[in-house]
Formats: sequence, C-alpha cells, structure tokens
Amino acid sequence: MAAKTKCKAQLLSGNEACVQGALVAGIRFFAGYPITPSTEVAEGLAEELPKIGGRFIQMEDEIASMGAVIGASLAGLKSMTATSGPGFSLKQENIGFAAMTEVPCVVVNVQRYGPSTGLPTSPAQGDIMQARWGTHGDHPVVALMPASVRETFDLTVEAVNLAEELRTPVIILLDEVVGHMRERVELPAAEDVELFNRVKPTESPDTFLPYKPAANLVPPMPAYGDGYRFHATGLVHDETGFPCGKGADGNTLVRRLQAKVEQRQPKIARAETFQTEDAEIVIVAAGSVARSARAAVKEARAQGIKLGLVRPITAWPFPEEAIDSVAQTAKALIVAEMNLGQMILEVERIAAGRAPVFGLNRIDAELITPEDIIVRAQEVTNNVR
Amino acid sequence: MSVKDLVDRYCRVDKLPHIWCPGCGNGIIMGAVIRALDKTDFDQDKTVIVSGIGCSSRAPGYMNFDTLHTTHGRALAYATGVKFARPDLNVVVLTGDGDCSAIGGNHLIHAARRNIDLTVVVFNNSIYGMTGGQFSPLTPAHSYASTAPYGSIDRNFDLCKLVQAAGGTYVARSTAYHARQLVNLIATGLNHKGFAFIEVVTQCPMYYGRRNKFPSPVDMLKWQQEHAVPVKAAAKLSPEQMAGKFLIGELHREEAPEYTAVYETDVIAKARGDIN
Repeated sequence: MAAKTKCKAQLLSGNEACVQGALVAGIRFFAGYPITPSTEVAEGLAEELPKIGGRFIQMEDEIASMGAVIGASLAGLKSMTATSGPGFSLKQENIGFAAMTEVPCVVVNVQRYGPSTGLPTSPAQGDIMQARWGTHGDHPVVALMPASVRETFDLTVEAVNLAEELRTPVIILLDEVVGHMRERVELPAAEDVELFNRVKPTESPDTFLPYKPAANLVPPMPAYGDGYRFHATGLVHDETGFPCGKGADGNTLVRRLQAKVEQRQPKIARAETFQTEDAEIVIVAAGSVARSARAAVKEARAQGIKLGLVRPITAWPFPEEAIDSVAQTAKALIVAEMNLGQMILEVERIAAGRAPVFGLNRIDAELITPEDIIVRAQEVTNNVR
Repeated sequence: MSVKDLVDRYCRVDKLPHIWCPGCGNGIIMGAVIRALDKTDFDQDKTVIVSGIGCSSRAPGYMNFDTLHTTHGRALAYATGVKFARPDLNVVVLTGDGDCSAIGGNHLIHAARRNIDLTVVVFNNSIYGMTGGQFSPLTPAHSYASTAPYGSIDRNFDLCKLVQAAGGTYVARSTAYHARQLVNLIATGLNHKGFAFIEVVTQCPMYYGRRNKFPSPVDMLKWQQEHAVPVKAAAKLSPEQMAGKFLIGELHREEAPEYTAVYETDVIAKARGDIN
C-alpha cells in the first residue's frame, strides 16, 4: 500500500464533510433545491464543482432535481442530490425510476422533524422506513447512517462507490445533528481513497443487451453518446431494455434488482458494537443518538449497569448479524431513536423473542440524552429481572 | 432518402408496428421528427431522445438513438440533466399536452427560462389518450372528455405564448395535417442554439374525436387544415376572422445566451479564476 498522506486537521460540519466526500468520490454533477437542514451540501458543491469542471444546477423543485441527477448519470457522470424530509418525499417517484432503470445516484437526506413541514431545523430520525419503502413497488435500497463528521465523509465516498457498483440509488441518512455539528477531522488525501467506477460494456453495440446482468447480477452500463443506442424505461423491461408487458419479465427483473443488493448484504450491512460482550442490556441506536448511547454505556458501567451498544451504520440492508448476536447474549435490547418506533421493527424481527425489545423514543425535537438512556436502562433492568 | 431507408436507419424496426390507434397523428409527428433529424448534421450516436409518459412518449422506444422514457411530466428535468452533463449531445424531448403542460408545467417554464439547448416537440392531441380520454390543460374549453361529461369548463392554455413568455427562444406551431411545414419547423428548432419548442396540433380520433363529433380521423385533419392560419396570412385577417382559429409557423425566434454555454464561459471561468 502506498504511503498515506494525511491532510491537516479541519473543523467541519457533517454537511461540509459530505461535500468533501462527494468531491473525492468523483461526484461531478449535483442538482438540488434549497431545503433546511441540507442546504449547506448544495452551497458547498455550488462553490466547488465548477472549479473542477463539474456541474451544479439549482432546479425548480425537488422532483426536477432527482430527474436531472438521473439524466446526468445516464450521460456518464457520477451524480448526487441532497434534500431533507419534505424534499425526500417528493423525490420518491424518481428514486423508484432509478432503481428500476438501474441508474447509479446518491441521495443525501438530512432528516428533520416531520411529518410535513414539521420543525425544519430540529432533528429527527423519522425517515428510516421512508428510505426503505418510500417509492412504490418492491425495490432494492441501500441507506447509510453516519454518526460523526468523519464518518459522513467516509460514508459519502462509500455511497458513491456502492451506487456505481450496484447501479442503484444509495441514500445517505444524515440527521440534523450530524449534518450541522462541527468536529475536528483529518480527511484522507484524495489519492488514498479507493474509488469504484461503473463497469462499462466491452461488447460491441450490435450484440450488447443493456439489461443482461453480469455474474454479480449487475449489467454493465454504457453512457449516452457511447454509441450503444440503448433504451431506459421505468416500464417492466427484459434484457433488451424494452417493455414487454409480461408479468413473467417483471418477476425476473424485480427479483434480480432485489437480489443484486440482497446477495451483498453481508458485505454492505454493518454495525459498530461497543462493550456488548458482557452486556446485560444492549442499546441499539444510530446516527447522533448513538453518540449519546456511547456516553451512556460508559456512564452506566461506572454505575455498575452492564450496558452495551450496537450502532447500525447501514439502515438498509439492516445489520442482522450484529442484532442476532446480542439477541442471544443480552437480557434485553433497547432501541433508542428519534421517532415513534421504526428501527425497532427490524430489531424485533431479528431478535424474534430471544431477548425482549424495548423502545426509547423522543419526538420533542430534542436529542436523546445519555441520561434518558440510563433511566430507560434502569427501568428495563427492573422489568426483566 | 426513401421512406424505407429512413425507417431502416432511424427506427428500431423490430419494435414496429407501434401501439398507436388507427388514425392517430403520432406516427406523422414521429415521422416528421425523424425527417427533421435526417435534414440536420447531428450524429445519430450523439442524439438522445427523452420522453415522459403517455401515448406520445412511447415514440422514443421506436427510434434508433439513445432513448429515455422517464416518469410522467418529468422529461424536461431528465433532459436538462443529460444536456447539462454532456452539452455535446443533441437532446430532443417528445412529450404530450398533459405530460408537458399539466404535471410537467413547472419544468416547461423553467427549462424555457434557462434557455437550455433542448428541442421539445409537443404532441398536442387535446386529451389524455393513454388513460382513456380525460381532459388536459390543452383540451379546448367546452369540449367533452371522459372526466368532462358535461363539457370542460377549464380554460385551455396557449402553450406557445406561455413558452415565449417564460423565455423560450424558438417557438413554433404546426399540425399533423401540415406535415411538410412541421418537418422544416422541427429542423429549424434542432439547429437553434437554445430552448426550441414546437407544438404540434394532432388528432386523437379514438378518445377526443368520438366524443366531440368528429366521425373519422379525416374530419379531424380537415379541421386542422381549416383552423390553422399561417403567421403571414393571419397578419391580413381581422380578430373576428381569426376567432376560433390558431396560428401556425414560426411564432418567435431570438438569439440569447444558451445555458450550458454560459455555464462554461461564466461559472467555470469565474470558479477557476480565469475571469473576475
């Protein structure tokens, strides 16, 4: 491995780190629409992309931004948009189009309090299920949940790489706290960051089938203008890319779309575990809430409560193995989230009764604190004793 | 080039015959787009045809280019992404009256406002055909549709005026009947550097004609012949004589900075410090 050059320390917000990650990952097209608390991502890329010949466009609405991103990706550029709650809702139809036509793209959703306009500058984690099921029909989804500024950089790079590798939309589920908080970070030099570029076809246009999958179930992807004259449609299509109107082709296509992500679940899905080995109670928390949970684990252990933490880094695919493991060893699991219970449904499904699962939910626009978690852990301890 | 040669070169012959109903004007318009493309110097491999959803938006599937059949109303947003990402590509948008003026209306005015170099051909058949004949923003007021069984009370758009007001720099209208004029207007639009918009009044005998006392497609074409007035001829007519008629021909043309070009000469140059 080449010697790593370390850049000097910087004070960055999560949204700014997302901009840096996007640039290093090779994003060269951004289309967006102003919305709090994600706007800094657009502002940062408006400034930086033109310097490297990249393209920034502010579209007339969220729907148009998503459409432009897909068009640009089909034209060969690594493409991204950023939004928040209401805007994420508006983008859903075109996210489904990208899943169906297998167009790589990254959607940053800095989650804010909802539903509707809600509390625009207040944090929430209410979009975990929307990220999975926001667009209609069965479809694959990859969604990543950073908990720090540095991790926002790393996961932005990973999101771009996964989108390119899997030819599917990848969502970065930031929350308002991670998006806006500032931390001291040392970002890696661009040359030390591993990148993935979509695989282009090697076949001649005469024999090329644009939706014929390779062994990894992902079809190679030419760009418009490469001479392949291919058709992209949101209609059910066969390997030629053209609509066929047959249910059997839908069955083949949608199952493959699902499988290309599912079969990589062990590689993509992951969680960080902290002091779970001997933990009697395990907190499951992601994003900014995981920061409180980590502090709570330390504090609780000082008080003699054996607390541990599983921090899902990927929302989708969900890190089943990490939950499966603590469900076998812990007396109870507590899912702490800034919503009324979304991630808990996955935890309950995987725990399958082996350990009782409790919720800790706040929707008063305040971050769940370490104290909240310790109090809940004490309640649960008494409950399961 | 003979019709057979045009079809062999520019159509995906294995995808024909098309899905359109007997008497539909969409084939005439697709043919005009192909003839217009043939008259220009664009490279077939560097031309992308983008559409939304509806009868008209099925046309790209039959055309031998890079093609993109997007979501309802969003063709111009996708096309903007393609063109802005790759300004060297020639991007053509085929859309319908409902697709482009109702659900896609916002994208239409903003694409026109930017003056991005797209050529848009609207197949205006006055109806939502694919869904079985509901009224659109271009359905003439007081005509009948499945969702206007007592006649539509909605006032209809003059889409050409809208696009010109929004900043479109080439605006033209023709009809399926005036097929030769249509080819020339589309070809001029293709060569125009900026947002080019061509509305084509066409017939939907199945869902518009049957409900609105047009016994056959020929009657609808005759209606187009009788109600379309060339710009020059209209200049000699009184408002009374023009009542109920519509203009065809080149309605507006101006030279104005094109979006992707200005991005290069202005934004990128400033960002790189080449100019202040």
